[in-house]
Amino acid sequence: MRTPFYEQHLELGAKLVPFAGWKMPVLYEGIREEHTAVRTHAGMFDVSHMGEVEVEGPGALAFLQLVLSNDVAKIAVGGAQYSCICNESGGVVDDVFAYRLGSDRYLIVTNAANHATDLQWLGRWSRDYDVAVRDVADRYAMLAVQGPHARAVLASTLKIDLPERFHVAAHNVGRRPALICGTGYTGEDGVEMLIDPEVAIPIFKELRLAGVVPCGLGARDTLRLEVCYPLHGNELTPERNPIEADLGWCCKEETGFLGSPAVAAARAAGTAERLAPFTIEGAGIPRAGNPVLGERGEQVGVVTSGTFAPSLELGAGMAYVRADLAAPGTEVEIDVRGKRRPARIASKPLYSR
Amino acid sequence: MAEAGYPDDLRYHDQHDWVRIEGGTATFGITWYAQDTLGEVVFFEPPEVGTTLTKDSAYAEVESVKAVSDVIAPMSGEVTEVNDALADSPERINEDPYGEGWLVKVTLSHPEEAEALLSAAEYQKLLDR
Repeated sequence: MRTPFYEQHLELGAKLVPFAGWKMPVLYEGIREEHTAVRTHAGMFDVSHMGEVEVEGPGALAFLQLVLSNDVAKIAVGGAQYSCICNESGGVVDDVFAYRLGSDRYLIVTNAANHATDLQWLGRWSRDYDVAVRDVADRYAMLAVQGPHARAVLASTLKIDLPERFHVAAHNVGRRPALICGTGYTGEDGVEMLIDPEVAIPIFKELRLAGVVPCGLGARDTLRLEVCYPLHGNELTPERNPIEADLGWCCKEETGFLGSPAVAAARAAGTAERLAPFTIEGAGIPRAGNPVLGERGEQVGVVTSGTFAPSLELGAGMAYVRADLAAPGTEVEIDVRGKRRPARIASKPLYSR
Repeated sequence: MAEAGYPDDLRYHDQHDWVRIEGGTATFGITWYAQDTLGEVVFFEPPEVGTTLTKDSAYAEVESVKAVSDVIAPMSGEVTEVNDALADSPERINEDPYGEGWLVKVTLSHPEEAEALLSAAEYQKLLDR
């Protein structure tokens, strides 16, 4: 599938790769410079592959309290909140942002690879509620504009008041209705814009002229990894619960969400493994799947994401490790294709300004 | 990044390596195409001096931000020198793949293997396919 920005990516000579059924740009000029543009100035990402689901009706809040792990009642109109969707065993089906657009109208932004699964899941559990669950992914092109200067550039080019962090606002962009969300996946300030696909390319061009650097999924991955945001499919899976993924903060078991008994049990008893960030001490770049080794060379975990971290200028990643070894400062080794690389468990985030 | 190009005085291996042969010794590196496909090189894992290389077998690794790639020996021989400057500046492989981005120097054990390598024109024909 092609996003509304596809022709623009071709025109810019982006390197396109298949991702969850979409042809997405992994980079335009280079991951490192795109990464740095977001850390120091402003970059933009086509994230139209992400899905949108609208949940509307008198039963919307009660339904979302069932399927989302966070306390949805805490979201005011115009607010945003991060949640997991858990299965009955407490495993993570997806991690999503919920935006409250009206008193009984919400928008859920899903991961591309999970959109179809989420729709089916939400549809199945909505039957007993007075609520409509609609796939509205085709309605939007999604552009994330991120970086310390992102808001200033957007304010001057689009001439709109931008919502604060974790808020959402309806505005016209390119004279068409749009939703501007004060969220992102880079650790920098900025917004994610849901705009009309018809105006996607003109808006992209306008922002580019204003100095916003086009960035691919490659930089998106290194940016999120440096600030330890989990990626579903890597850190989060239906076999892992939010407690071991260190997402206990977005689970409010008292709301009685699906899987909450299992999550409560994991929280009370502790988990055998914990997700922990780490950095390599010296040479070597960890990759997903690399074994984590303890002091006697025994396997004590596995790397879920690894990369060269451009802002840290060293190899870094996240791994599930035995809970007693998950404390920051713990020395471990990472088996990088047969070479044992000394590493140290770190605290979140790996990068901060 | 360097401009695309394939110098005529080098020999090429179809796994995207180049060889500069000087008598019984040779310098190995990766081609413009190889570094362009890989992207910005952030790490080079060289073999040790004295390592025996076998034609068509992996002898080193180059890594970009996203990917790791084996480097294949275009000819057989023994490593006499590795490009130590790449430890601190692996980006030289992108900036100057045929010059400062060279990888190893080798004493050739089977110089006749050169006959099976490609000329610059033949290698470019392979890339065009």
